[in-house]
This record gives sequence, structure tokens and C-alpha cells, in this order.
Amino acid sequence: MQRRINIWSSIDWLTVTIYLVLVFLGWINIYAAVYNEDHQSILDFSQRYGKQLIWISAALVIAFIVFVIDINFYSYFAYIFYGILIVVLIGVLIFGKEIHGARSWYELGNIRIQPAEFAKIATALALARYLTSYNLQINTVKSYVRIAAIILIPSVLILMQNDTGSALVYFAFIFVLYREGISESIILLGLFVIILFILALVIDTLIIILLSIGVVFIIFWFLNRKIKHTGIAFIVLLFASSAIYGLNEVLNAGLSYYYILLISLGISGLVYIILAISYKIKNVALLLIFLIGSIAFTYSVDYVFNNFLEQHQQKRINVVLGLESDPYGVEYNVNQSKIAIGSGGLTGKGFLRGTQTKFDFVPEQSTDFIFCTIGEEWGFLGTLFVVLLFIFFLYRLIGLAERQRSSFSRIYGYGVVSVFLFHIVINIGMTIGLVPVIGIPLPFFSYGGSSLWAFTILLFIFLRLDASRLELLQ
Amino acid sequence: MDSFANRRHIIRFIIILIGLIFTIKLFILQVVDSSYKLTASSNVLRYVTQFPARGLIYDRNGELLVYNEATYDLMVVPNQLMPFDTTEFCQILNLKKEYVQEAIKRARKFSIYNSSVFLKQVSSRTYANLQEKLYKYPGFYVQARTLRKYPSDIGAHLLGYVGEVNEKIIEKDDYYKSGDYIGISGIEQSYEEYIRGKKGVNVYLVDVHNRIKGTYANGRLDKQAVVGSNIISTIDADLQAYGEKLMKNKIGSIVAIEPSSGEILAIVSTPSYNPELLVGRKRTENYVDLMSDSLKPLFNRALMAQYPPGSTFKVINALIGLQEKVLFPYTKYDCEGAYYAGRLRVGCHFHKTPLNLIESIQMSCNTYYCNVFRSILDNRKYPSIRESFDLWREYVMSFGFGTYLNSDFSNELKGLVPTKQTYDKIYGERGWRSLTLISMAIGQGELGTTPLQMANMTAAIANRGFYYIPHSVKEIEGDHVLDNRFFEKQYTKIDSNYFELAIEGMDLAVNGEAGTGSTARTAQISNITVCGKTGTAENPHGEDHSIFIAFAPKEKPEIAIAVYIENGGFGGTWAAPTAKLMIEEYLNDSISVPWWEEYILNAEINYNNAEKD
Ligand SMILES: [Zn+2]
Repeated sequence: MQRRINIWSSIDWLTVTIYLVLVFLGWINIYAAVYNEDHQSILDFSQRYGKQLIWISAALVIAFIVFVIDINFYSYFAYIFYGILIVVLIGVLIFGKEIHGARSWYELGNIRIQPAEFAKIATALALARYLTSYNLQINTVKSYVRIAAIILIPSVLILMQNDTGSALVYFAFIFVLYREGISESIILLGLFVIILFILALVIDTLIIILLSIGVVFIIFWFLNRKIKHTGIAFIVLLFASSAIYGLNEVLNAGLSYYYILLISLGISGLVYIILAISYKIKNVALLLIFLIGSIAFTYSVDYVFNNFLEQHQQKRINVVLGLESDPYGVEYNVNQSKIAIGSGGLTGKGFLRGTQTKFDFVPEQSTDFIFCTIGEEWGFLGTLFVVLLFIFFLYRLIGLAERQRSSFSRIYGYGVVSVFLFHIVINIGMTIGLVPVIGIPLPFFSYGGSSLWAFTILLFIFLRLDASRLELLQ
Repeated sequence: MDSFANRRHIIRFIIILIGLIFTIKLFILQVVDSSYKLTASSNVLRYVTQFPARGLIYDRNGELLVYNEATYDLMVVPNQLMPFDTTEFCQILNLKKEYVQEAIKRARKFSIYNSSVFLKQVSSRTYANLQEKLYKYPGFYVQARTLRKYPSDIGAHLLGYVGEVNEKIIEKDDYYKSGDYIGISGIEQSYEEYIRGKKGVNVYLVDVHNRIKGTYANGRLDKQAVVGSNIISTIDADLQAYGEKLMKNKIGSIVAIEPSSGEILAIVSTPSYNPELLVGRKRTENYVDLMSDSLKPLFNRALMAQYPPGSTFKVINALIGLQEKVLFPYTKYDCEGAYYAGRLRVGCHFHKTPLNLIESIQMSCNTYYCNVFRSILDNRKYPSIRESFDLWREYVMSFGFGTYLNSDFSNELKGLVPTKQTYDKIYGERGWRSLTLISMAIGQGELGTTPLQMANMTAAIANRGFYYIPHSVKEIEGDHVLDNRFFEKQYTKIDSNYFELAIEGMDLAVNGEAGTGSTARTAQISNITVCGKTGTAENPHGEDHSIFIAFAPKEKPEIAIAVYIENGGFGGTWAAPTAKLMIEEYLNDSISVPWWEEYILNAEINYNNAEKD
């Protein structure tokens, strides 16, 4: 049964108000960031704040259009949107304009559009559509593969544009999957892969192999709860490695520790399998596969890093991981950013009174580092207000998502939450030195039409779904 | 059935946790930690870039070729300016009021918060005066820079010059900021990456009176500048200076190479200019003057002038003939003062006849080489001239002609060795024969070679079949190594045993008895066996160009040299004695017959009417 209701009265005005406040705060901080005695008119369209005013007006029109479109439109065309965005993402690799080393922009006359911003919306829709397919079992290999494809295809395409930040956003959809019941072990496995990836670049392979072995022993004990089995397994490995080590010394074969360890692992692995079969111990094969997988993964990360990445890409990753210093680049920006925010003190220097942010010391002042301006001019009270507002905004969105009767709306709602959460955490986190510098915009604050429009569409589709929540059945 | 609804609490918990972490971190950053605070609003940070001194350049024997001199740029930050006494200010700096207004306006336009250059290259003396009174002029400060200085005025083309970076470079390379210097030509350009060092930055706290109060945050944000690496060039400064002296009042070029290493000992291009002209505030003005000079002093003839190789090329054709087994040491051809084929006539000069191979080089017989060249191209072994021509071309290119030598000069040209297509276009695919190309038999016609390539060819002959890529830098100080390509033997396609015959001919050309028809006796040195070959490049615009290539000593060559003197006529007249003097200077450090030196120094060859070209 469907009831027609007035969508204007059922729209969540609280969220709309937060949206408007955020956009307004964003704009006045862009004004402050590029403020300059020579250009004081707020309507100076040669300046960024003038342009942003145009983007904001357009965003409001877009929000209105998004809101009046029929509700079924979004779920019905979810896959088609997704398909179109994939084509557009491939297109930008070929026809795109390269700016600051990233080939991720379409240039239409004076306007530049960054399709990666919009791909998030299409992915959130497609994911919601897929997860609401008839009779879907989420915890099956088939589903995993399809979900991974939906999320990773746009991510990889964006990575190829050299826009690492926007590509990483897609990992945020893990929250959606978590909420929708994906197995915890998959989440843990995912976390393990990420940690392994970072470790593979940071520390010696030998230590990683040892750590992986440790992890596997712990899981084995955890699954079987038999200290005896774990002990025997450990002794087998110890025995095998001492034997190989001894042989190596006696024969003077000159094997490196890697090989000694790998060979003893191979031998112990055979012993484990024999023991597992004769005593009917579970999970052994699975754990061995896991271990081999981890080792192979570690080696391939190293190999890909050294053989496929270009020097500047290697350098970027090394800087992010703190293995290499780059005084004129990333490191410098973070220092500048922290100085700007720190110099704001409790109450800030006052609107337009910032000095650090106006010296252009922090590049990308009005885009990725806009939070510095807030910190410097409005102080701790200002940043606290913005952080709380964002937290409240996310909290509110979860509330809205949970009150949906249709799974599609709820899942999409969590997609929206995930994307915003990731952007907020990474952007603010990098300006205060908590996370590595990954260039992605702060929603509604950062200068730029593409990101503002994309965030607006992302949010208002959800508000549209929410406004009609009573029309939709489960 | 939504059985995972409880998971929303976990997600909410994560969000709250993140909010908490951010709040704590912000509280520490903004309220607790006072090190980030700049209490008084009058306090500002000043970022002063530390420009490292560029590396010095030495010659192969450690003689200094380029060093640095301190200078100061006066910088301005427009929004820190206060009204000041312009009269006194102008007096100190010896400026006009209009300049001050103009410069501040320009700086304001660039950025009112960032510093920009107000006045470039203030001398040390002015700086001393200014320093005492700088406190009266908030918004101004001084930045130390260095300028290039040259102990002697040699090697302008080789060393190159330094200039300000342009927009294009700034856009392409993050390292450079507006106002930075970069090597624009010569060694300064090719080895810029090493010579420039690495910029540093100092962060200072500055008070309202424009005084530096100290380093900011205990210098945690400072970056030490790294001084540029010194460069040891392969050049022999004495030889270079001598070469430039000999070439005064002449247009042309000398390139001398050490055959056993490919190291360039001297590289002269005249007319040249004093390298000091392209340094300092007058740089732009002088540059424009040099650019508009009709003698083109900025044009590096050694790398960029392409002339036909003339008769020197007969050596190459002889070697190709030997390798292809269409020419033998005993092969003799008659010469009746010219080569005739149908209506075609290639003139020769008077000499005895017939000649064998060695004699043909000694006496430089045109007829002989028309015959050799035709026997190479009309070789029955190959189906048509298309194949034999390609083969000939490959041999020629194996000496480094018609291709970039890949030296460490960025502006070397590759010269010209025509292809089949060149002739197809003119004559049609079946329209050309060996006779059509006959002028290349004696090194004229479509061939174009640079003096560097000619010196390199000479080095390949001296080495009996291989060369090292010519290069101008021997060593970069610090942990840097030269590119491996400079240490790899580049083999020609000619077997080494054939070279002895050609070298015998070159020996006789210089050292043959008087009256035997030797063409290069003007290059004789009493105690050194010089092997050489004269050449004359046909010049459609005027007097022919005089060419001479030589190496010495014959058995263990230490120097290979090519000399070009534009409008100098026959190679034996001017180019050969010049080469002889260079070789003697390098090997003996003294000149045995000063008369020759006078002869060359006093010669003024077509220097003033060169504009007619
Ligand atoms: Zn003759």
C-alpha cells in the first residue's frame, strides 16, 4: 500500500538546516582564506569566494531538482548511473585534463568537472541496489566478489587517474557492509590486509613473516582451544628451523634467514597436514593457505612497489609512511597547518584576522586545508563547534537511516554516512597531523564546485528517500 | 528481518570516539601547547630561503674556471610596509623615487603577504650601509645570493651561463620558485642538478621594528641548505685559452679530444664573448646586444655549425672501401687532373699519377676517391644502389655522423647524412645513381658535420676503430658518478687493421718529403709525429672554409683535434698550422717555431666582411 504525502512537510528540516549552516560556514572561511585587501567585494567573481557563491547557488538548485524527482527513479536507475559513471571515469583517463599530476578533470570551457566526486553517489546507489536484490545471501563468495567489484572498479579507475585520496574513499563502504551483516572475520581479514600492506613497505619481510606465523598460531589456538596442539605445532616449526639452520652452518650453504625460514615453513607445513589428517584437526589447511597468502602478498607488495611504481609515486608513499622526508612538500604543509591551527588559541584571532593562513604558507588553503582557517580565526571554540556539528550531522544521518522501512533507503543512507565520515576524518585528521596527508575535500567547506555539488546530491537523494519513507514498504 | 540492527551502536560508537579524539587533539594543539601560539599579533614569521652557493667549476688540472661572489637581493613584503623616509632610502640605494613606487606596486601585484624582490644584486658596500638603517624600513629585508665570477674570460660557450627561471620551468619543476637561478647553457645547464645544491629555509620571528627576534620553534622548521657540488671539467684551461687566443679575429671552431677517454680538452667557438657579460644586473641588456650582433657570438659553432667535412672525409671513404673489399692497399687509379664521367667533371690538382691508397690520402686526390666511392656504391654484391647506399650510410653513421653523439652538451646538433628518401624526393626512386651522389666522395654535397663530430671521428681514427662519447666533465664532487655511457667503447663498423693504412696516409700528408705532394706539411712538428688530413668545405656564400683534422702522437695518440676556420680557403693554409700549434702547446707546453704563432695570431680572416655571408 502506498500513501501519497507532501514531501515538503516530511523532509527532515533539521538536516537541511545543518547542511545550510555548514555550507555558509564553508563559504565565509573561503572568503577569509583568500581575503585580500585589494579584492574586498564579496561579489567579486574573479576571486574564489565569488565563484564559490555561484557554486553554492547552483548547489541549491541541484538540491531542489534532486528532491522533486520521483523516488523510484534512484533505485530503478541505480545500475545505469553506475554504468555511466564507470564509462565517464574511463573517459577521463583518455580525454581528461591533468592538474597537479592528477588526470581527473573534464574541461568544458571554463568549467572543470571532476567525475570522481560523482562516482561515490553512483557507487552508493549501486551497492544499495545490489544488497537489496531478491534472496541475496551476503556471506557467500559470489556476493563477496560482486560487492568487491561494485566498490573496487571505480576505486581502481580513480587510482589510475592518480587521485589517491578519492580512490581510498571507497574503503569507507566497509561500514555499509558491516551494518548489513557481513561476517566479522571478513572485516578482520580486510584490516589484516591493510596492516600487512603498510608493514610490507615499512619493515623487513623477515619480521613480517615471523609476525604472520605468530598471528596464525594465535588464531589456531583461538579456534581449537587446545594448548597441546598449538605447542606441538610450535615445536615442529622450531625443530625444522633449527635443523635447517644447523645444516646451513655445517654445509656452509650461505642461505639467508628468509630461505631458512621459508624452507622450514614448507617442511613444517607438510608435517602439519599429515598430523591434521591423522588426528582430524580442523582449520589447518585453511590457516596454512592464509599464511602462504600473507607471505605471497607481502612479497608482491614489495615487488609491485619496486617494479611498477614510478619514483615520484614511491616517494609519495614513503613520505606518507614517514620513511622519507620531504621538507618542501607534505611535511612542510602539515607543519604549516598545525602552526595555523595552533596559533588560533582558545578563541581565535577573529574573522579575517588570520595571518598564517593568509601568507599562503599553507598551499591548498581554500581547498584541502580550509580547516586551518577555521582553527586560526575562530580558535578552539570554532573548531570544536565545527567538529561537533559534523558529529551531530553524522549521528543524525544514522538516525534517519535506521528509521527507514525500505532496506534500499537504509543501505543508501549508510553509504552517505560512510562517505561523509571518511572525508571528515581524513581531512580534519590530516590538518591536525593525526592521519597522513591524503588530498580530499572537507564536505561543504572546501572550495570547488564538483565536490560541493556531489556532496549535495549525495545528501539530498537520501533526504528525498527519507521524506517518502512512509510510502515505501520493506 | 533485520538481525544486524545492533551493529548501528558500534558505528555510532566509532563516530563518537572520533569526535572525542579530534576534540582532545584540537584542545592540546590550540589551548594546551603554547609553542604554536604567536601571542602578539605584531609578531610575524619570516621565511628566508637559504640559497646555497653553486658548485665551482675547475679545469682538468684543478685550475678554477668559475667561482661565486656574494651579492644581496633587497626583498619587500608589502603588507608589512610602514610609511618611511623615501629620500634617505633612495640615497642609500642610489635609486630614483619612481623606481621605489614602481617596484612596490609590482610587489603588491605579485602578493601583498609574500615577499618578492625589490632590488636585485645590491653590492656588498651598499649592503653594509643599508644594514645599519634597515630597522627604519619595516617590510624590507635582505637576502644573500651569489653571482658567478670568472678568473679568466675563457670558455664562455663551454661553461654556459646562469639566469633566472622562467614561468615554464617553474611550472614544470617544483624545485624552482620565481626569482631562482638556473643554468641555461653549457656545463651550468647540463649539470644543473648537481651544481645548484639544495635550497634551505630559515624561519624567523620578526618584530614590528623589522628586527629578527630569533629562530622560530627552536629552528625545528628550518632546513639547512646543501651547497652545490663542485665540477671538475675535462678542459685544459691553458689549451682552451691558447685556442681562443689563436682564433681571435677569425670565425670558426676548434675541438680537441683525448682519444683514450673521450674527454674534451678544448672547445673553442669564435667569435665568443666574455662570460662576465651574462652575469648580474646588466645581463639582460648585454644578452640583447650579443643576440643582435651580426657575428653571432652566442652561437656555439663547435656544436651547432654544420659544414661539409670536405677532403677529410676521404679517410672515411677509404676505410669503407677497404672494409667492403672493393679497395686494396695496392689499388691504383690514374688522375689526369680531374675525374671525368660522361659530361661530369670533378677537378683535381696537379700531382704524380697513378696513385696508390696511401698516396691518395697523402696527396688528397679527388679522382681517386670518385673511383673508390663509385666502387662502393656500384658493388655487384648488392642488388642495387639502394642497398649499397644504405650500407655506406651505416658505416658513416658508425663514426658518429648524422646522429646525436649524446655528449653532455644539450644543444649539440646531429648533422646531416642524407638518406635514400632524400634522393628519392629529388630524383625519384629510380632516378639516381652513384654519379648523382659523387660530390660526397670528396666530402662535399649533402653532408653536414659539426666540429665536435669531426674531432670525434679523428679520435676514432686515432683509436683505430672506436671512440668514447665526447664529454666535458671529468668528475662531480660528492657521491656522484658520471653517466656510464661515457665509459663505454663505441665501435665503428670498420676493422681496426684497416686503420693503419689510412693513418699511414695521414702521416705522409703531414710528414712527407717536400715536393712529394703532401698536403699538410704546415702541420709538421719536429719531434712529434702528427697525422692529419686537410679539407676544404665548399661555401656557396663566399670563400671556402678551411678544415684540418689531426691526432698525435701517431703511435700512442694523446690528442685528436678538428679545426674549422670559416672563409679560410684551403685547409693547409690556416687550419693546419692552428692545429699544429694547439698540439704542440698541449704535448710540449711550448712552441718550437714562434713564427707560426705570429702568423696565426696576426691573421684576420674575413672577419669584418662576414656579414656578407
Ligand atoms: Zn688527383
